[in-house]
Amino acid sequence: MNTEFESVIGLEVHAQLLTSTKIFCGCSTKFGNPPNSNVCPICLGHPGTLPVLNKKVVEFAVMLGLATNCSINERSIIARKNYFYPDLPKGYQISQFEEPICENGFIEIELEDKSKKKIRIKRIHMEEDAGKLIHDQGDDTLVDLNRCGTPLLEIVTEPDISNAKEAYSYLSSLKQILTYLEICDGNMEEGSLRCDANISIRPKGTIELGTRTEVKNMNSFRNVERAIDFEIERQIELVEEGGEVIQQTLLWNADLNEAFPMRGKEESHDYRYFPDPDLVPVVVDEIWKSELEKRLPELPQKRKVRFVTEYGIPEYDSEVLTSEKEIADYFEETVKTTKNYKSASNWIMVDVLKVIKDEKISITDFKLSPENLGKLINLINSNIISGKIAKEVFPEILKSNVDPEIIVKEKGLIQISDTSEIEKAIDEIISQNEKQVEEYKSGKDKVFGFFVGQVMRATKGKANPQIVNDLLKQKLSS
Amino acid sequence: MSVNNKQVEQIAKLARLKFDENEIENLTKDMNKILDYMDQLNELDTDNIEPLSHPLDLSNVMREDNLKESISRDDVFKNAPSHNEEFFKVPKVINK
Repeated sequence: MNTEFESVIGLEVHAQLLTSTKIFCGCSTKFGNPPNSNVCPICLGHPGTLPVLNKKVVEFAVMLGLATNCSINERSIIARKNYFYPDLPKGYQISQFEEPICENGFIEIELEDKSKKKIRIKRIHMEEDAGKLIHDQGDDTLVDLNRCGTPLLEIVTEPDISNAKEAYSYLSSLKQILTYLEICDGNMEEGSLRCDANISIRPKGTIELGTRTEVKNMNSFRNVERAIDFEIERQIELVEEGGEVIQQTLLWNADLNEAFPMRGKEESHDYRYFPDPDLVPVVVDEIWKSELEKRLPELPQKRKVRFVTEYGIPEYDSEVLTSEKEIADYFEETVKTTKNYKSASNWIMVDVLKVIKDEKISITDFKLSPENLGKLINLINSNIISGKIAKEVFPEILKSNVDPEIIVKEKGLIQISDTSEIEKAIDEIISQNEKQVEEYKSGKDKVFGFFVGQVMRATKGKANPQIVNDLLKQKLSS
Repeated sequence: MSVNNKQVEQIAKLARLKFDENEIENLTKDMNKILDYMDQLNELDTDNIEPLSHPLDLSNVMREDNLKESISRDDVFKNAPSHNEEFFKVPKVINK
């Protein structure tokens, strides 16, 4: 068969919210506490208990809605989604069905050819998380209900995503927005951001959607990409061999690089949603909405554009610096001290980010203050130290956040710009290396580097490299 | 609208309830009586009436995000038919 296929993808993302307490009770949402210690009669689903909605969850939902161009429903309803599974002691999950809090938004992503594409967001709704089941210890399934009732936002796209790369890009943008808003830490590995993909294929150019499958259990950005590629290929092969795609849920196995059909929970998808009589409607009026709008930070795309126009740094730099809010904040703090924006950008993109990556820390745990980094850059700019010396000073000041001006003075690292001192060193080196002088004069330009090295060694790296270059050229050609 | 025995069995299954044939028969009858009553209500013209999602005329009953103490493990497991020191135990459910 020669039919060409195209894939159609929609994503459902669950974002765990950074509230201190659960969505319907005052239990802690803290991760990593002993099993079944953050629970109370409400999240245990005991009869006669009354859930009360956490106001912060509504605020976070509205903020995300505004940041993703959604319309905020003035009135939204909380519903019960009924299913029986031991991770939910009540026998239903409190969620939203009809009239979710946000609808009809979009996130703009950048494609490989730099063009933009809008991925429409169908809805964002609030719901509670379920508990955790452990199947592989002993004869029974063990249940930890600490996570039960942790607030989630579910963000559902329209089937606007065409391939794994776009899915990756959408997910990165969404994570960036969530972390800029400081409502979710965006950590896929730890499960605070989870992504399910609905995937179908159809002959290229046709409109009707094919039967879709749902792929779950992808716990990293890379795995989302790989799982989508896998599933598209599986469906195409199946259809080309005359088979038919059946609607089913698959679980991604990252070790085997394959997705397998899930069994068990699925037998019936009859959730019998109905409005939860325990929870009254949520009304977000214009006043509340505009208050929340004022609380929105500058969002990543806007900040990226501003960095280019305000600081005159290249677009690439701006993209790297604004990839995380904390890195962008660090940059802006640094340029309060130094006006050399490009240099600040270079130091952060190369030196600072390298330390962070090597030590696997976040920039908020990076000890060197932006002010001291700014001072270091100023020392280079004003020719007090050379760039080379600065690279040596950097590791010394970063561990305990030392003022570079102090260390430069203490260690006598101030650059020698005094031409007579440098001249003296050059004269000595020229007289000691006649052979190399001859070589240079006979046209071997490479030897020049040898002289620079010698002068630098003689001055312990403190000679101003520009002056060294100029003087050497002058002396060697005389 | 009406339901048959098979649908009632399905509803019972979703709720993890077990009934014998006789009980199902009676439940089907009862449910159909309820549905008949609903049909009677359907005769009313409700075109210009907004659907009611909650019987109380209330909105925005919310709490601040303030931490409250959880309950002790002893209390947590008090009503559990099976547990160890840390976890509830349930019959193994197939997952993967």
